[in-house]
Amino acid sequence: MVATQETIDKVKEVSSTYKYGFVTDLEAEKAPLGLSEDIVKFISHKKKEPKWLLEWRLKAYKKWLSMEAPNWAMVDFPKINFQDIYYYSAPKTKPKLNSLDEVDPELLRTYEKLGIPIKEQEVLAGVAVDYVFDSVSVATTFREKLAEEGIIFCPISEAVQSHPDLVKKYIGSVIPISDNYYAALNSAVFTDGSFVYIPKGVKCPMELSTYFRINEQNSGQFERTLIIAEDNTYVSYLEGCTAPQRDENQLHAAVVELVAMNNAEIKYSTVQNWYPGDKDGRGGIYNFVTKRGNCLGKKSKISWTQVETGSAITWKYPSCVLKGDDSVGEFYSVAVANNAQQADTGTKMIHIGKNTKSTIISKGISAGKAQNTYRGQVQIQKNAKGSRNFTQCDSLLIGDKCGAHTVPYINQFTPHARVEHEATTSKISEDQLFYCLQRGLDTEQATSLIVNGFCKEVMKELPMEFAVEAQKLIGISLEGSVG
Amino acid sequence: MPLLEIKNAKLKLDDKDILKGLSLSVNSGEVHAIMGPNGSGKSTLSYMLAGRDGYELESGEVFLEGQSLSDMEADKRARSGLFLAFQYPVELPGVGGMSFLREAVNSRRKFLGEEELDHLAFVKEARKVASKMFVKDEMLKRAVNVGFSGGEKKRFEILQMAMLMPKVSILDETDSGLDVDALKIVSDGVNEQRNEENAIVVITHYQRLLDYIVPDFVHILSDGNIIKSGGPELALEVEKNGYVGLINAA
Ligand SMILES: Nc1ncnc2c1ncn2[C@@H]1O[C@H](COP(=O)(O)OP(=O)(O)OP(=O)(O)O)[C@@H](O)[C@H]1O
Ligand SMILES: [Mg+2]
Repeated sequence: MVATQETIDKVKEVSSTYKYGFVTDLEAEKAPLGLSEDIVKFISHKKKEPKWLLEWRLKAYKKWLSMEAPNWAMVDFPKINFQDIYYYSAPKTKPKLNSLDEVDPELLRTYEKLGIPIKEQEVLAGVAVDYVFDSVSVATTFREKLAEEGIIFCPISEAVQSHPDLVKKYIGSVIPISDNYYAALNSAVFTDGSFVYIPKGVKCPMELSTYFRINEQNSGQFERTLIIAEDNTYVSYLEGCTAPQRDENQLHAAVVELVAMNNAEIKYSTVQNWYPGDKDGRGGIYNFVTKRGNCLGKKSKISWTQVETGSAITWKYPSCVLKGDDSVGEFYSVAVANNAQQADTGTKMIHIGKNTKSTIISKGISAGKAQNTYRGQVQIQKNAKGSRNFTQCDSLLIGDKCGAHTVPYINQFTPHARVEHEATTSKISEDQLFYCLQRGLDTEQATSLIVNGFCKEVMKELPMEFAVEAQKLIGISLEGSVG
Repeated sequence: MPLLEIKNAKLKLDDKDILKGLSLSVNSGEVHAIMGPNGSGKSTLSYMLAGRDGYELESGEVFLEGQSLSDMEADKRARSGLFLAFQYPVELPGVGGMSFLREAVNSRRKFLGEEELDHLAFVKEARKVASKMFVKDEMLKRAVNVGFSGGEKKRFEILQMAMLMPKVSILDETDSGLDVDALKIVSDGVNEQRNEENAIVVITHYQRLLDYIVPDFVHILSDGNIIKSGGPELALEVEKNGYVGLINAA
């Protein structure tokens, strides 16, 4: 499928006569190293974007220049040199391996444990493949089915061409370009991502998974996703993949915006398993994500479910802005940090409308030398009478060199609301381990079972097929952490 | 060859001598009862046999079907057919009873070279055994031991024993906390598993249990050693005269 897309692009490129007056070679497959106004223009040109989007990107770029990288999170890493990153490369420049023999055996072992078929392993590991995926035909029928319902599900770069009004209306409406440093950067240089539009009254008949996003190019490190659910709709979106993915980009700064109108429900599930780096954290991915949903309509609902096991550094706070009266926000999270991983993650629930409700269930697991922080904000604004929040943060420590931290902020501006916060920290006890061992389970099985038990409330929020894989994944990410 | 053989076992906890040269031989088809005052070392003995961390022998040796256990980890011992019903079963929050049991049973089956049971076959088998023990299906869906009453915990231990079909089972005060009816049910469950191929060691304070599970041998454990062994009549003697008389006589 990659080849087809490339051919289409080539044809488009050749037939393009539009010229910009800047120095970068427009026909290059890869933008030169570093970031400048020219690079932003180059990306926009490559994507054949309308003028308004280019201007929007440039505005974001200027904003970004005036901002400072945030340093309040409990994560520690060398300063990123933003001039030492490639911001655009055509998919075929991604280095390919010739066969699975060239792939890191450790990675293959993990694929095997996850039960991933050989063909998919090759794709994930970046082996050059010359056969057509089965998934292409599946994806095509999938897409036709959605189209029958009037649902739009496509790469955002495609939506910019086919549904510019929708994109223009909503992009940046939830997360403005000035929101934070990484969101500004993403707005300037994002390359691709998903676009979903659910028209009035439609309940999306299947889970939308990035796996089926056909015509997908290398979305790269600056992914941008926009989901709009009109009145009386339902959609469940799955992002990510349980298999550890190889990626040469160290910095990932995605933006996800969700908009829910009256009585609309969006369920957004993520399994994040980017390369965490070696035992000392070398080479791992920095994952700096901004995700937010606007519950604009009455009785709208947005729930975020995430299982975060990968990346060297995770900085991520999927949030809900509860504007519509009676709207509901939920956040269910499992964050695993092992070895030298650092995770600072949580959520914000901003209650604006009356009788709005939010639930936060966060399960942090730390092992090795890892640091795991929950950071959450619950804000009840003056008019949010009758609103309620319930927060539960549980931390599980494996070993005695790791750390768990809970940083809750509560701002309540009306007395007519109820905010509850519970937090616990526990360890896998020696008693529990011995009990499992006495029944014949080995240490790894026992740990995996106990940890998955600890996460159960969150795991049951995941779509079934995702949950089974995620369970295995949690076990694998903690291998060797006990005993 | 005995199924289980303990030879001159010595064990310290925190520099304190707990087992002081204990020996015991258990043949297949036999049921042994161990009685003894609080703190005499009964649970310590069972942890030592099961291979709990920190309960390694200082000297002496233990054999299971002729194989030395000294270098065998707890999980391998369990898979080899050693089962311990805990005096205080441990809670595993969020871990469903059914999935826990299935992992346990499949580990044992794998060890025995038998095919692992798939979900459906397992559930069927578990339900069958559970109904015999008057354990409600609902209990298998709950997290292991979480919120179970004392009696329910003990019943769940024996249910696990029945599913795992061990060679040697050690039941540490399985009767404590059981009401009369439950005592009968649990004892029936144990008796049903008695056969010529396996052996059971019951640790108890009460002669009453031994009316239901009739032992071939009774041993009195005191201060880290077996001070007297005999037949079922020894338990009656304990009931009548208490440990003090026996210990003084020894
Ligand atoms: N970690 C430890 N360090 C030191 N002494 C210990 C330790 N654990 C147990 N003991 C002691 O070992 C002795 C034997 O304990 P054990 O639990 O084996 O007794 P028991 O015969 O099972 O008693 P009960 O009938 O009350 O269950 C007791 O005196 C106890 O206090
Ligand atoms: Mg005891």
